[in-house]
Amino acid sequence: MQLAVWTYEGPPHVGAMRIASAMRDVHFVLHAPQGDTYADLLFTMIERRPSRPPVTYTTFQARDLGGDTANLFRAALIEAHERFHPAAILVGASCTAELIQDDPQGLARTAGLEVPIVPLELPSYAKKENWGAAETFYRVVRAFAGPHAPPPGTPRSPRPADRPPRANILGPTALGFRHRDDLREVTDLLARLGIAVNVVAPLGATPADIARLGEADFNVVLYPEIAGTAASWLARSFGQKSTRTVPIGVGATRDFIREVAELAGVDPSPVLKEQASRLPWYSRSVDSTYLTGKRVFVFGDATHAIGCARVAAEELGFTVVGLGTYSREFAREVREAAERYGIQALITDDYLEVEATIAEAAPELVLGTQMERHIAKKHRIPCAVISAPVHVQDFPARYSPVMGFEGANVLFDTFVHPLMMGLEEHLLAMFREDFEFHDEAAPSHLGATATVAAAASSPAVAAVATPAPKEEAQGAPLWTPEATKELAKVPFFVRGKARRNTERYAAERGIRTITVETLYDAKAHFAR
Amino acid sequence: MSLAAATARATPGCSDLPVLRERGQREVFCGLTGIVWLHRKIQDAFFLIVGSRTCAHLMQSAAGVMIFAEPRFATAIIEERDLAGLADANAELDRVVERLLARRPDIRLLFLVGSCPSEVIKLDLKRAAERLDARFAPRVRVLNYSGSGIETTFTQGEDACLAALVPHLPEATDHGPRLLVVGVLPDVVEDQMLRLFAAMGLDRVDVLPPRRSTGLPAIGPCTLFLLAQPWLGDTARALEARGCRHLVAPFPLGAEGTTGWLRAAAEACDVLPSRFRDATALGVARAEKALAAHRPLLEGKSVFLFPDSQIEVPLARFLARECGMRPLEIGTPYLHRGLLAAELRLLPDGVALSEGQHVDRQLDRCRHARPDITVCGLGLANPLEAEGFTTKWSIELVFTPIQGYDQAGDLAGLFARPLDRAQRLKV
Repeated sequence: MQLAVWTYEGPPHVGAMRIASAMRDVHFVLHAPQGDTYADLLFTMIERRPSRPPVTYTTFQARDLGGDTANLFRAALIEAHERFHPAAILVGASCTAELIQDDPQGLARTAGLEVPIVPLELPSYAKKENWGAAETFYRVVRAFAGPHAPPPGTPRSPRPADRPPRANILGPTALGFRHRDDLREVTDLLARLGIAVNVVAPLGATPADIARLGEADFNVVLYPEIAGTAASWLARSFGQKSTRTVPIGVGATRDFIREVAELAGVDPSPVLKEQASRLPWYSRSVDSTYLTGKRVFVFGDATHAIGCARVAAEELGFTVVGLGTYSREFAREVREAAERYGIQALITDDYLEVEATIAEAAPELVLGTQMERHIAKKHRIPCAVISAPVHVQDFPARYSPVMGFEGANVLFDTFVHPLMMGLEEHLLAMFREDFEFHDEAAPSHLGATATVAAAASSPAVAAVATPAPKEEAQGAPLWTPEATKELAKVPFFVRGKARRNTERYAAERGIRTITVETLYDAKAHFAR
Repeated sequence: MSLAAATARATPGCSDLPVLRERGQREVFCGLTGIVWLHRKIQDAFFLIVGSRTCAHLMQSAAGVMIFAEPRFATAIIEERDLAGLADANAELDRVVERLLARRPDIRLLFLVGSCPSEVIKLDLKRAAERLDARFAPRVRVLNYSGSGIETTFTQGEDACLAALVPHLPEATDHGPRLLVVGVLPDVVEDQMLRLFAAMGLDRVDVLPPRRSTGLPAIGPCTLFLLAQPWLGDTARALEARGCRHLVAPFPLGAEGTTGWLRAAAEACDVLPSRFRDATALGVARAEKALAAHRPLLEGKSVFLFPDSQIEVPLARFLARECGMRPLEIGTPYLHRGLLAAELRLLPDGVALSEGQHVDRQLDRCRHARPDITVCGLGLANPLEAEGFTTKWSIELVFTPIQGYDQAGDLAGLFARPLDRAQRLKV
């Protein structure tokens, strides 16, 4: 058993719902108890979908368990087919239905419906949402593109010179973090390279579109968490290569353009020459000097965490002090990325562990999910959301991709907005005890709520600043009142670290009483 | 054989309204969702769901839409090895509870909450709670109830939780009459009600659940209880089994409902009619004044209610009698005729009642009826809005102070606002 306060991913059948809801002309019949329909509100409320997800829940109850839940499933399947006339039906079970082992696959096979049925195995007690999405997409691709695959070993014939190259774009789903806008940005990028889009999937694709996947020259994989499994199968079955670079940030977008151009056999230089993003100049403008070396902690799904860490380090000049993911399937990739920043990756889906690690690292900015937004709020650290799990705020009305050159512009704004503006931070440092520019003041552009939140949590800061009596009793060094007062002038986000460093410095030297001088001696000692 | 053969038939009972009973897909929450408000009400209680990742995801999806605070709930997620028997589920549960209680020393009452998977694998949480209670009492009491979707719909989770508390309420030692208000009310409403009872001269009034678990009210054969919410059938039965007497009353929605609810207590406690009038006159006047402001927008408008919390019948009564609206269909997940006896009498003629749900068929009926406003859950609201229907999310009726005289206007306002918006928007 795992103790979970919050969970980064839903169960695998929610991943399956994200595929079914993204596609057109597909219906998902889910064997599930009453209550599992909560998942509909993810789509209708968080994403503001104007239609119900195409899902029928069998809704069994306790009184059905001794009886005939299998017939409930069969009846729901037949009724869904009659009512919605989909081109394909996915069938699966949620966690409770998995336990009663009704075999939706076998029941669907014997129901005699004249519609393709795609059975899904979604092991709820071992796997999670992104795995469920990847598995479902793979099953759908296999079911509809499979019959068009050439015999194994058939070499892929080269593209006729008179036909422009074409690519599939794989990965965007319902309820994805900025998928809608990333898709537009990447589609536009391909168009400027002279590459036609064959099929976008799963978002907006019908089963008939899936059947045409093999007609593309190669695949653009936007979100490996979702499209990786299907892309590997397409590579094996159709000999289609896939992109490996995810175009998050200016550098990665340029890498992506070169990679795509090579796969397509086109010249990338005209597109590379365009000064398409404002980020490089914004980061080089004088005001951004204050961004240099800001300590940032990055956590999210693997794709966004790796991408945003690179942007933070290479494109804003931040120092990445933490990098992690809840996507265990991509632990290797995240560990490799973390090595580039000289840190150890945090691979966990335990929210409490993430919180402890962030608290320990005491960053000046957290780039994370909605969960890390909670953590950052509690610890009074500025935060921006860069990854699913999503909230209604992550579906802004405006065009807001995170991929491509416009995505880089969006990320610049996203990372900088929670921070103090350049000179404001300096004034704060100069006049630390000013009644308005004091330590607890939030960035002036963030309004009243931020100030209230900061004030509300001030006791925690006081607790950090004042050594606990227990430690004193155990022989830890004592702080003079002057030193304590001086420590309070240290910005709150590094105050805990300053206190620990000073105490360590004192302890190592047998200093019993920490004075203002000890504080500054320690500061010089630990200066980076 | 058919999944949901709709069977319309007249059911004899204390009301002769026919009820359409349906089976099929239910677009409702399970009982776990009640934790979202229960954990805010009982401030030293923690709710540990023993369930799956789905349960945890439900809680944060439901709560994520509604609250942003450090929760006093969590899920012990059952994993593959727990099912395979590699790990003794009970030993695992003990370990999780130990970790939890070490982290949260402020917790005095822990509920182990059963879920669909824990019920299906027959994990005995009653025995687990007894075992853990023996170990951690008196510092922490450990109780259990089930909020599983196979047994409970949405607000029935609160019923199961309160019913689990009843055996642990101390026995009243004296024999004077005392009043118990049962069901979670927002603090502000609860305080208003207690002031009204005090103004009538009733000062021995307790509430269940209390705001702290250390303040469990004493009950006994002299206890009279009023239900503040219509979904507390099991709790009422458990209280009756301990000798308490249920005061049948309408529920305190609107001026009429609030007066009827208060009067049931006043009459049972022999409050003089003049004193009752004095205590309630001001509230009635304020409620009527506040309602008058919303009435022009609501008068004559038709309303269709999808099943959600069981508050639908009292709500429709309020909308019909105090706002002048026309209920077309009143859907409820479960129709408890006994508890709703005072309400069903007050419903207007010609209204259709439905119990249970087949959501696709009910949507068909709603589209056909073309109501001016549709009361429905979060899964249906935006899709209906996109079809051109004006909606009111039913969940707000559970999470907002709507009971009592001073909230009657707010309650009407919840329905006036979507209609007001529909008039204002030019895009």
